[in-house]
Amino acid sequence: MTHAVAQLAAIVATALFIFALYWMNDPKTARRGVVAGVAAMLIAVLATWIQPEIVHHGWVVLAIIAGFVVGVPLSRVPLTAVPQRTALSHAFGGLAAGLVGTAEYFLGLSHDPAQLTAFRMSAIVAEVILGFLTFTGSLMAAGKLQEVRWIPQRPVTYPGQNVVNIGVLATAAALGVLVVVHPTAAWSGQAFYAIVGLAVLFGVLLIIPIGGADMPTVISILNSYAGLSAVAMGFVLDNKLLVTAGALDGSSGLILSIIMCRAMNRSFTNVLFGAFGTVQQTTAVGEQKAWKQETIEGAAQLLEQARLVVVIPGYGMAVAQAQHKVRELYDQLTKRGVTVKFAIHPVAGRMPGHMNVLLAEADIPYTALVEMDEINSDMPQCDVALVIGANDVVNPAARYVKDSPIYGMPIIDADKARTVLAIKRSKKPGFAGIDNELYVQDNTWMLFGDAKAVIGDLVKQFGSGGLH
Amino acid sequence: MIDPLVAAQAAPPDHAAVDYWSMLFVFVLATFIGLGVIRRVSRLLYTPLMSLTNAISAIAVVGSIVVAGAEYPLTIRIIGAVALFASMTNIVSGFLITDRMLKMFKKQ
Repeated sequence: MTHAVAQLAAIVATALFIFALYWMNDPKTARRGVVAGVAAMLIAVLATWIQPEIVHHGWVVLAIIAGFVVGVPLSRVPLTAVPQRTALSHAFGGLAAGLVGTAEYFLGLSHDPAQLTAFRMSAIVAEVILGFLTFTGSLMAAGKLQEVRWIPQRPVTYPGQNVVNIGVLATAAALGVLVVVHPTAAWSGQAFYAIVGLAVLFGVLLIIPIGGADMPTVISILNSYAGLSAVAMGFVLDNKLLVTAGALDGSSGLILSIIMCRAMNRSFTNVLFGAFGTVQQTTAVGEQKAWKQETIEGAAQLLEQARLVVVIPGYGMAVAQAQHKVRELYDQLTKRGVTVKFAIHPVAGRMPGHMNVLLAEADIPYTALVEMDEINSDMPQCDVALVIGANDVVNPAARYVKDSPIYGMPIIDADKARTVLAIKRSKKPGFAGIDNELYVQDNTWMLFGDAKAVIGDLVKQFGSGGLH
Repeated sequence: MIDPLVAAQAAPPDHAAVDYWSMLFVFVLATFIGLGVIRRVSRLLYTPLMSLTNAISAIAVVGSIVVAGAEYPLTIRIIGAVALFASMTNIVSGFLITDRMLKMFKKQ
């Protein structure tokens, strides 16, 4: 009887999970998706809990309470910290899978070795390797995003890095094969611990050469791994609901990774093993042109006289927490009859969709947020392109400088606007360490300073009524 | 001629194998459904999508409940409880933050 309940619950939960994702196709229905997800989760948890083999209820209750105690504060982080929260949750997902896999192996070893069939052992080894590498890899990513002091922010590379990394993973896989073939040998337990250790190490090594601009792709890949480790857990526990939910998570991570890679014109292997940003420090191209600086008053005038203003935000806007000031500027301009749109590059920020969330937080209507592919056809009609803390995603060098690390990357055509205003914190080049000729174009005017302060000054210009 | 007794003895591992095949089947189908559904997700919502799928894959909690709550040795149950805690954290923070972000997307 309880078995039938569990099966039925799993089917209902699966359907609800699929609906939850389906409703994410439109911001209008998306919140329904959360309700469906929560309902599915409750059904699945209760159906498992009522099974007769669960006897230590106190343990379950305690762990659930602890989950709430940590989970609720984690859901209240500022939105600029969402990338690191996401990475942290991938780490938790990986940890859970790794631990359950370990428990299942030693349980089988001491109680019922016949259960450790080749198929089940393969699933356990896959679960443990994926789980633990996702755990440490995601922790490292979260640390880099949070700018934890002892984790280097810049990509760290050394000669033979890829050989070392692949060697570590290959050793873990080889030991895995041995354990699958001889699950109960005298040394199998030690070999299993070694697999765990190597997976933990590989996760760290994998993220060391990754830099900030690669984070959207890397977080997506880790998302996929976390999903796959849940799938492997489903195989181990013979649980179809787990396999389905893990597969949904895994395919979501896969699609996002592909979109991020395309948006940078790079391949998976290139992201993971390419150490972007340290490879080439391209020498300054040709003659150095000079910046032209604009005053706040002049910039405000340009904006006010425009018909169409396209704002191009980048990670610099998030760092400066400038999104609320951007909203005030948006209000001032729309009040004066200027059309303001926001051009969102898929890899702007530190995770997929990062810019959209920050701008939505500042109450900018989502109808004003336009994807790169759509906005580019409007750029020639754009009077002012306002670049806020974005750099590589508007660098025209991506179109034709063949030896540039960003060559081939699709960009927002800011340079085609009649006038470009670029807010930049310093005169240093962007992440990829390359000059941005957009800034020295004839129609570009620079505003140097912290994005929040500069935009605040612009808003004040409008507010003081000095402009009419 | 196949001895029926031998055939019967050979049956159980065979059953197990068949079951694994059906699991693989489920995995492949679910991946295709996932690819189909996720491709339609609004590009505005990629960040909440990631936190939502994260909460969903924390369905691993059902595995942890069994490991933590069944009649197993103490060390196993401790491992299970830690896994349960990790999954539960993802469920709680994942759904809450997804809803918090989705609330911010307004048309006007």
